[in-house]
Amino acid sequence: MKFVAAGIALGAVPFLGLPAFYESFLYLVFHWVVLATSWNILSGYSGYFSFGHAGFFGAGVYTAAVLAGKLDWPFLWTLPFAAAVPAALAVGLGAIIFRVRALRGELFALLTLAVTFVITTVVLNTPVDGGPGVYLSAVSMPKLAPTPSGTFYLLALALAVATVWIAYAVYHSRFGTGLFAIHDDEEVAEVMGVPTYRFKLAAFALSCALAGVAGGLYGVFVSYVTVGETFSGWTALYVILMAALGGTRHWLGPALGAAALTTLLYVFTTSDYAVAGRAALGLIFILVILFLPQGLLGRFAQRKALPKRAAPAPPVSVAAKGSEPILVVRDVSKAFKGVQALAHVELEVRRGEILGLVGPNGSGKSTLINVVSGHYPADGGSIEFEGRELVGEAPHRIARAGIARTYQIPRPFPQLTVLENVALPPMFGQVVMDRAAAEAEAWRWLEFTGLASKAAHRPDALNLHQRKFLELARALAARPRLLFLDEVLSGLTAAEMDEAIHLIRAIREQGATIVFVEHVMRAVMELTDRVVVLTHGKSIAAGAPRDVMRDPEVITAYLGTAHA
Amino acid sequence: MPSYTLLGQSALSGVFIGALYGLLGLGLTLCWGMLRQINLAHFALVFLGAYLTYQLAAAGMDPFATLALTVPVFFLFGVALHWLLARFKVTPLNTLLITFGFTVMIESLIQWVWSADFRRMESHYADVKWKIGELFVPLPELVTLGIACGLALAAWAVLRFTDFGRAMRATAEDAPIAAAFGVNDKVLSLVLSGLCAAFAAVAGMCLALSHTLAPSQIYAWVGVVFAVVMIGGLGNPVGPLLAGLVIGVSEGLTMAVAAPAWAPLVSFSLLIAALLARPEKF
Repeated sequence: MKFVAAGIALGAVPFLGLPAFYESFLYLVFHWVVLATSWNILSGYSGYFSFGHAGFFGAGVYTAAVLAGKLDWPFLWTLPFAAAVPAALAVGLGAIIFRVRALRGELFALLTLAVTFVITTVVLNTPVDGGPGVYLSAVSMPKLAPTPSGTFYLLALALAVATVWIAYAVYHSRFGTGLFAIHDDEEVAEVMGVPTYRFKLAAFALSCALAGVAGGLYGVFVSYVTVGETFSGWTALYVILMAALGGTRHWLGPALGAAALTTLLYVFTTSDYAVAGRAALGLIFILVILFLPQGLLGRFAQRKALPKRAAPAPPVSVAAKGSEPILVVRDVSKAFKGVQALAHVELEVRRGEILGLVGPNGSGKSTLINVVSGHYPADGGSIEFEGRELVGEAPHRIARAGIARTYQIPRPFPQLTVLENVALPPMFGQVVMDRAAAEAEAWRWLEFTGLASKAAHRPDALNLHQRKFLELARALAARPRLLFLDEVLSGLTAAEMDEAIHLIRAIREQGATIVFVEHVMRAVMELTDRVVVLTHGKSIAAGAPRDVMRDPEVITAYLGTAHA
Repeated sequence: MPSYTLLGQSALSGVFIGALYGLLGLGLTLCWGMLRQINLAHFALVFLGAYLTYQLAAAGMDPFATLALTVPVFFLFGVALHWLLARFKVTPLNTLLITFGFTVMIESLIQWVWSADFRRMESHYADVKWKIGELFVPLPELVTLGIACGLALAAWAVLRFTDFGRAMRATAEDAPIAAAFGVNDKVLSLVLSGLCAAFAAVAGMCLALSHTLAPSQIYAWVGVVFAVVMIGGLGNPVGPLLAGLVIGVSEGLTMAVAAPAWAPLVSFSLLIAALLARPEKF
């Protein structure tokens, strides 16, 4: 609503009869607001830095230039295509880039930079431009305001309001939450059920489409486009500077940064002391970043938690403890460059039980969890969960099937609050929840683990014991039917351990099946119904805890051969 | 099909421009890879170095002798820059922004002192060239190639074989752990940052020897050199040189075979193909 109100208020400007200068200046402000905000939807939210925004902007410029300037299309009809062409480029590029798992952020930045050069060269050498530039002064514009500059003003205003609204909506949506999780820890996000590949692709396409529309409009505004101006490195650099100046973690940050920088640039470069003005601009820039490293809006970037609301108690579905298998692992192997981490592992988890998974360090316990959760693809074998084959499935689909895990070394999303951390899995779980429902769910598990008083803190304010419990709360919030606990007790004091054991019992009471990986034998004996022993990537024994621990092969694995 | 002489000359000029890419990339890659600082001001420093060389040469100094002045001054600037960035614990992204601020300031300074016009250094080296077979080899470019190779190899050897280098690499990998083992990571980082800036002074002298200068040209190098640095592998001193040579030669040959304007397409398509085929190598 406030967007519509702001839009209408600013929309009155062309009808006030101000000199055209004001409209043109504000046009430029809106232009940069769109570019910086659209860049931020991908790069600020998800952390994938694009150095190629100029390329996608330019693709929009030239799409509109060819359609309107060379093929004489009506101007407004060219804008959807100015959005579609860069978006299609982004999807094509993203489909290749984001499939390569090893690709780090730096390589993404490099690839987008390289793509700009390629697009530039193609445009320069083909009839799209061919060298001399394209004149667009003959393009007929719809008459929306008394003056032509007023028309451009209104179109840019509409686009800027729409873009900022989109950034706002994404920021508060599931989609945005997923992007922020990708920013912090992409692997964990995927294991928590975030479809990272699709989200990155969608954010990339959206970001480029908006830049393309801004380009389509800009070409006609300047009425003569050249390759050198359109694809200049300045565009790519400015959007990054503007977003960072305003704050990349706030939906309004880039817009504010764009307005500030455009104004400063204008004031300093048109004054009588243009050179000194530029130097002053550089200095201001340095001081702002030094003293406000999160950007102008950095301190407001923390999303406000919704009012606390209790979640309805979960349906108690205490599965009868029986012999029905919930997870069947058959002949699963996994090798890392010659190190056989898992060798033909066989494992059966029965519904409602707590299965202890033990073995010496390096025996493959954590690898097994990583293979079941889809983080590592298995080299061979089959993993069936409730009759469904998991090998080859993406981790987020496995999470949605009802499997959750904790990490031995806690891996919370560092920039999200404790509450947001725990509210993430329910948004992407078996039943997709909106943010309100997910936060209510999160509160329940924070209270269950005794972390409710820390809800508004960042994870770095927690001690190890609390971080371990945060891992637990986050896994539980997904309401998994099968839960892998990876050494939740290590590093805890005796008292904290008792508390944790009590918690794990309570989890089972609520109907989850648990695979419990642990070195603390007291806890294994106390908690588990059955134990499986892994050594050198093989399962060597399975059965009731007391029997397994007396097995000579197990004793050898743990303590070595007796020579006495 | 162009003649072999043309192809050879194009490849050779590709080697020369590639050496300059590598020389510009050297300081950038060490700062980025070892100190996690994306130093955009490196380009402005290179141009400042080039202008100082130009000015001192106009006053009668030999271009090579100017290094005795520019290198120590730039070293101190590099130290001061790192002190500032370390003092405020600036994140890698924000180093890009802050050094952009410095870039703008240095550019203004250059424009104020030397104006926005093109400047060309007059020196008796500029016209020296040899004819080897059918190919012309100009002295300034040859010197650039020699310096680029020499500095890259020297930096590599220092990082690989000396205590300073080992301590530096340990600091780059995990500063607190390195400090716990007795490495004075703070001083090391200051020195490295100073060296990177000193490399900019050297690159600036080479640029002044072979190129026409204008403040607006600062940004013309950013894209290619960034690419060269990232292809070469962050923190690898020889990487930018090798990547620069590959890009330079492929550009040179494309210019000879097709139109000059097609040059970037080949090198960057090569880059994209390489990235996608073997991402783990980068």
